[in-house]
Amino acid sequence: MSAEATNAPAPATLPPAGPAPQAQSRKRRSIFVRRPFFTVALVIAAAYLLAAAFAPHVAPYDPVLQSMDAMMQPPSGAHPLGTDSYGQDILSRVIFGARYALVIGIFSVLIGAAGGLVIGLAAGLSGGWVEWALMRLIDSILALPSLILAVAFIAILGQGVDKVVIAVGLSMVGPFSRTVRADVMQVKVQGFVEAAHLMSIPSLQVIRRHILPNVIFPLAVQVTIRISEAILVSSSLSFLGIGVTPPTPDWGLMIAEGRDFVSFAPWMSAMPGFALALLLIALSIVGDGIREEYDPKSRRGA
Amino acid sequence: MMLDTATTRTAPSRTAPIFELIEVEKVFQVRPPGRRFTREKVGLRALDGVRLSVEKGASLALVGESGSGKSTLLRMVAGLDAPSGGRALYHGRPIREVRAEGPGFARDVAMVYQDARGSLDPRMTVGALIAEPLRHFGIVPKAQEETRVGELLERVGLPADAAKRYPSGLSGGQVRRVAIARALASEPSVLVADEAVSGLDVSTQAQLLTLLRKLQQEMGITLVFITHDLGVASYLCEQIAIMYLGRIVETGPTDAVLNAPAHPYAAALRGAAPRFFEPIPEPLPGEIPSPLDLPKGCRFSTRCPMAQDDCRTRDPQLGTLGAGRAVACLHPLAPSDT
Repeated sequence: MSAEATNAPAPATLPPAGPAPQAQSRKRRSIFVRRPFFTVALVIAAAYLLAAAFAPHVAPYDPVLQSMDAMMQPPSGAHPLGTDSYGQDILSRVIFGARYALVIGIFSVLIGAAGGLVIGLAAGLSGGWVEWALMRLIDSILALPSLILAVAFIAILGQGVDKVVIAVGLSMVGPFSRTVRADVMQVKVQGFVEAAHLMSIPSLQVIRRHILPNVIFPLAVQVTIRISEAILVSSSLSFLGIGVTPPTPDWGLMIAEGRDFVSFAPWMSAMPGFALALLLIALSIVGDGIREEYDPKSRRGA
Repeated sequence: MMLDTATTRTAPSRTAPIFELIEVEKVFQVRPPGRRFTREKVGLRALDGVRLSVEKGASLALVGESGSGKSTLLRMVAGLDAPSGGRALYHGRPIREVRAEGPGFARDVAMVYQDARGSLDPRMTVGALIAEPLRHFGIVPKAQEETRVGELLERVGLPADAAKRYPSGLSGGQVRRVAIARALASEPSVLVADEAVSGLDVSTQAQLLTLLRKLQQEMGITLVFITHDLGVASYLCEQIAIMYLGRIVETGPTDAVLNAPAHPYAAALRGAAPRFFEPIPEPLPGEIPSPLDLPKGCRFSTRCPMAQDDCRTRDPQLGTLGAGRAVACLHPLAPSDT
């Protein structure tokens, strides 16, 4: 089923891209043709998204259904990815796990980006001691790796999916504020900002109309790149046993559960690990592709 | 009596200057050169005792080497910087004060930046960029915005479909036109331009100059124009002010000043301009001195080919010399010297 989901979008995206070079050879060729790896990664990421969205329809079993008859079975026709020590179907758990991974990844990055936008804008625009104080705060956050920081927040907030989202999101505010501030500093000294001030446009309007759009876009690109980092951190939390609570089908948790059986039932850890690795690789290729394609610096030359 | 009232009524409208700069100074606090790890600051005199008045409908060219304070003067006229000394007046009132009052000044005085591309938001289309001042100053109702943008584009010689494009897709000359169209959008009475045509190819430059001249003559726009090019200055501007080290050394009608420069620096600039089929004469020796370390006496004395002893001790002030002309030189050149 999952394999079908992976393949299904591929023919849908590729054929229009196929004849495209002929039809619009004078224009720029489609991004899908110029960047085959990007296309493949996008299809894989889309497949994960679809699998997560329609998990109840795609998954062959209930992810938390335990079965005494089917404990630790290797991959077979009935259980394509095998079963775990409670007899739960690993494929179903991996598909449902995609839900948790993507939801945690996307929402925590949004929290981080929103916080980073506010702090970065405030620091970049204020200057003086406000900026100094904010940047020292950010520096102290950045001094710790995001995983350690997330562990600390979990210790304060407690366990659970929503808590993981908040913890991972907060731990990503630091890097986001840095990039936003750097962009703001770069944009606010440009001629068009001064020209807007000269036109006696009020400062807030200048920020909203001229500074924000020039800062939001690089931030959006950062968001796509950092989703994979957020997923990795949240999986690490679960792996450490302090993120999502069992029996929630979370990849990190599944890898941790399979750890004790890795010598004779390696599929228990390997399958969710593979799912995680594939998603992370796909997401970072997609993020890089978007960044390279829409980076205003490289686009300006085009 | 009748005559008296008549003159008093017409006099202010004809001769009251739009801009009047009285002994304007601008001092920037900078770190002393070569000493990086110090908190000590020294004053850099970018402008030092500038006296200038611009009348309604006038066209003034500011000419001078890099570092002579032209751009600083222009920023002050536009109200971007406050003078550190002296007074900069707009219709008799301090520019910064008028500017702080509301959008009236901003609407009346439009600026074309030297870096035209940098003055346009890269994420806005040309149409949106030109519409911004239209909307901000409420020039036309929203429904007519698009046609007005089209008119403005046409006036600067750009096709109407340029409105949908981004500045990154336009050439340098086209970007300048967009910047000029944007400046004209607010229907200003004063256009302040910093090197609006330099660095363009000759035909584009000619088109823009024709456009600016037409605007100036037909619409009575007052023009303050920075340029390096004396040819541009003589074509576009009736008045010229030659600047050296933060001070105006000679002003007057462009033709008179360029034909018979009275200040040795003006003569040197005139001589340095290349002419057809003639070798370029001996350039002015040396570099412009640092404004941190001004020469004693006349500030041009270190490079002046005609410097005499008293030039190194006495600082000449801008004094009138004939019709509408003024020069800051102790030994101005007689017309026959050139």
